[in-house]
Amino acid sequence: MKSLLSLTLNGRQRDDAVASNLLLVDYLREVVGLTGTKIGCDGGECGLCTVLVDGKAQHSCLTLAATCGGKSLETIEALAEGGRLNAIQRGFHEKLGAQCGFCTPGMVMAAEALLRVNPDPDEAEIRNEMASNICRCTGYVKIIEAVQFAAAELKSNLEAA
Amino acid sequence: MDGNSLPPAPIKSIGVPMPMVDGPEKISGRALYTADFYDHDALTGCIKRADVAHARILSVDISAAEALPGVRTVITGSETDEGHGVLPVSRTELPIAFDRVRYKGEPVAAVAADSIEIAKAACDLIKIEYEELPAYFTAADATADGVVDLHDHRPGNIERHVDYEIGDVEAGFAEADLVHETDYHCAEVCQVQTEPHAAFAEYDGERDELTVRASTQVPYYVHLMLSKILKMPKSKIRVIKPFLGGGFGARTEALNVELITAMLARRVRGTVRTVISREETFITHRGRPEQTVNIRMGMTKDGRVTAVDCQTVQRGGGHSGYGIVTILYSGSMLFAIYDLQNVRYDGKRILTNTPPCGAFRGHGTVNVRHAFENAMDEMAILLGLDPFAVRRANLITEMGHVANDLWVNSYGLPECLDIVEKASGWKDRKGRLAPGKGLGMACSHYVSGASKPVNWTGEPHATINLKLDFDGTIVILTGASEIGQGSSTILVQCVAEVLGIDPTRVKIVAADSRVTPKDNGSYSSRVTYMVGNAAIEAANNLKGLLIAAAAKKFDVNPEDVECLGEVYRAGTQDDGMTFDEVVMAALEGTGTITVKGNFDTLPESWGGKKYRGAAIGGSMAFSYAAQVVEVTVDPDTAEISVDQVWVAHDCGKALNPLTVEGQIQGSVWMGMGQAMTEETRYHDGLMISGNMLDYRVPTFVESPPIEAHIVEANDPHGPFGAKEAGEASLSGFLPALTSAVADAMGVRAHELPVTPDRLLQLLEDKERDMRSAAAE
Repeated sequence: MKSLLSLTLNGRQRDDAVASNLLLVDYLREVVGLTGTKIGCDGGECGLCTVLVDGKAQHSCLTLAATCGGKSLETIEALAEGGRLNAIQRGFHEKLGAQCGFCTPGMVMAAEALLRVNPDPDEAEIRNEMASNICRCTGYVKIIEAVQFAAAELKSNLEAA
Repeated sequence: MDGNSLPPAPIKSIGVPMPMVDGPEKISGRALYTADFYDHDALTGCIKRADVAHARILSVDISAAEALPGVRTVITGSETDEGHGVLPVSRTELPIAFDRVRYKGEPVAAVAADSIEIAKAACDLIKIEYEELPAYFTAADATADGVVDLHDHRPGNIERHVDYEIGDVEAGFAEADLVHETDYHCAEVCQVQTEPHAAFAEYDGERDELTVRASTQVPYYVHLMLSKILKMPKSKIRVIKPFLGGGFGARTEALNVELITAMLARRVRGTVRTVISREETFITHRGRPEQTVNIRMGMTKDGRVTAVDCQTVQRGGGHSGYGIVTILYSGSMLFAIYDLQNVRYDGKRILTNTPPCGAFRGHGTVNVRHAFENAMDEMAILLGLDPFAVRRANLITEMGHVANDLWVNSYGLPECLDIVEKASGWKDRKGRLAPGKGLGMACSHYVSGASKPVNWTGEPHATINLKLDFDGTIVILTGASEIGQGSSTILVQCVAEVLGIDPTRVKIVAADSRVTPKDNGSYSSRVTYMVGNAAIEAANNLKGLLIAAAAKKFDVNPEDVECLGEVYRAGTQDDGMTFDEVVMAALEGTGTITVKGNFDTLPESWGGKKYRGAAIGGSMAFSYAAQVVEVTVDPDTAEISVDQVWVAHDCGKALNPLTVEGQIQGSVWMGMGQAMTEETRYHDGLMISGNMLDYRVPTFVESPPIEAHIVEANDPHGPFGAKEAGEASLSGFLPALTSAVADAMGVRAHELPVTPDRLLQLLEDKERDMRSAAAE
């Protein structure tokens, strides 16, 4: 059974006919063609597929696309500003928060969600809030530095504004 | 030139903490990994897997599967009679089992269909008739009397028995003040790179040619094995490695995933995309084997090790894989870290009915190093010595060949020890921490590339091409696989440094067999050392051409031309030529320039001849690490928290301190996973831990701060003095952790991982022993 899904994806309105059992991650990758969101496990184990649904981090592999009607979705592809990495992405780049990069889109989206509600998290808050995202390269040390770098940059941007 | 500006100078790239050159693609989601390739008419590949651990295949009925609408082809073990494998002597693994199944989950058929749902349904319709055989899930069971051999050419299921003595072990024990024997058991662990295995194969039916994209660390091996399995000329095959979501050794051999996908693509004369699940990725395995290590060590009362007798057994799984290499590494890498003269080594690699093991980060060395360092710590306690003092009593004092002929030319271990001892406050804090807290330390090392390649072809170890064209861009063409370790960034830095130019001028194209020179691949930490050296040679060759062209324009001798990177000049008063002008001069009459650089290992580094297989361990250079781990143990739950790790790693010249730090931290943390939580588990051969919840990779919450210190004991032959940075720091964590727990609680875990239930049992045993001692 397919039904019409109308939502806002990365700021653009879309209408797609989707099967009721279609996972959001498969909708993004296979229907829309946005492959930045990755799949790392068989469901809900690794956090690689994290996207923002109405601003909140969510595992797109545990979400049915059909439940996203009327919602606003953001994926890794939406973050760059004017073709340049945004503050969080820049933190991941400068501080080596990404090695192989496969967990990075989900990790960046989780960080994005965190900093929107808590712009100045301490290390313990970063560890707790991002705990459902697994990275196998970094030992998380430089991801924490990346998030802290981004938080500081966002703060100074705010003060300059 | 503006008289006020500073004189131009070559731009530094080496030693600069440079973010990765491919970072923006990865961080913006634009990077394409193998599973990100889609094609509107690609079929979906799916593998039917055995549900028995050991059996003869009597019949395979694919008729119902073939009849299912949307199924385009079904293949079985009869598709090829050629085996694959790493070592030329053990290429006996069929991509799809033909007459025998050797582990639960081994491929027994494969389907290409219009969708994954149809492909899975078709797999369910394939009927296989088995005659079950006795299955062996432990090394002991597989080697008992009267066993059925898994492979006819391996009687008694012994893949390799390595047995040798170097020096005089009995004389060494006689010299010792204390001889101590101890056993360690390490569970099997898996790489769990975040990207599940994937392959995308396009068969060109018009030309009978094949293009395969695969999640591999070694596209060259994939190319060789595709040619062998498909019986296709190598010239008809193109292998491309897209972005890769980690490897850690799981992908250092051609895997059945890419071989099967290619066979399916040829059958349908079209395109097939296969992405296997996390559970299947676990079952494809190639992780670190379950291993028992028995060490008898002799030590003088001042801490000098006089002799070591090491016996070890590895449960290798159902196929050879890297098995022979792994069991040889376990012996040879007892050496080249301390001054060790007398060693007996007895190592057995056993074939069992479990998924095949492979070359996990720290290949072969980790479990033995764990036992060795623990033995040192146990003996330090028995002799009342400080663990640092014991290591210092055994340091290598002369560069050159060690007792088993490994070649050590740089050795920063003493400095590593000094740094972590100081950084951790060891002298003031050891033995003075609050109850339930403890400190432990250990050392470790690793090769900087295996000096002898698996396939001995007479070619150099590494070859790089540089292309320079009218636009002033230098393109590095390399087969070296960027797998997340930063190899592309390092090669850009090497080339930019030699030429003194802005590194953004240097671009890289890697790992496409149609375009880039062959490379032996990303394994044994070889890329920085070997391909880095080739890149330096290529850049020097290019620099020579540029200097010659500038000299001609200046009408001076080449030796009078000063290369300042973005400016070339013939005298300090001269405004000189810009890089772009020199490039145009160099292109005059010849056009686009392509130069080459090679690297070969020196025969002195090829390991010894004292026993069969002594080449394994041979390397141009060894990296060294020391670390201190601090833990807190909850006395009620026996839960261990790692509070802090201090690690120092001698990687020679740190070409990129940022990526070196990342490699060190990642290694230590991966060692932590093996030490504390990670363990594959089976029930009658069925993997029951094949997901990321039951197989516990550490999360953010339990991962500690890791303070990484870089030690630069430059190697005389390394690129700018560099050595390995991404493996040595792993193995030291394991013994440092068990030693820290022993320091905190007075009990030493001899089984890994040290889970709370294992530790709680040890604490309860200790309490009971104390009570019964008090009662007597």
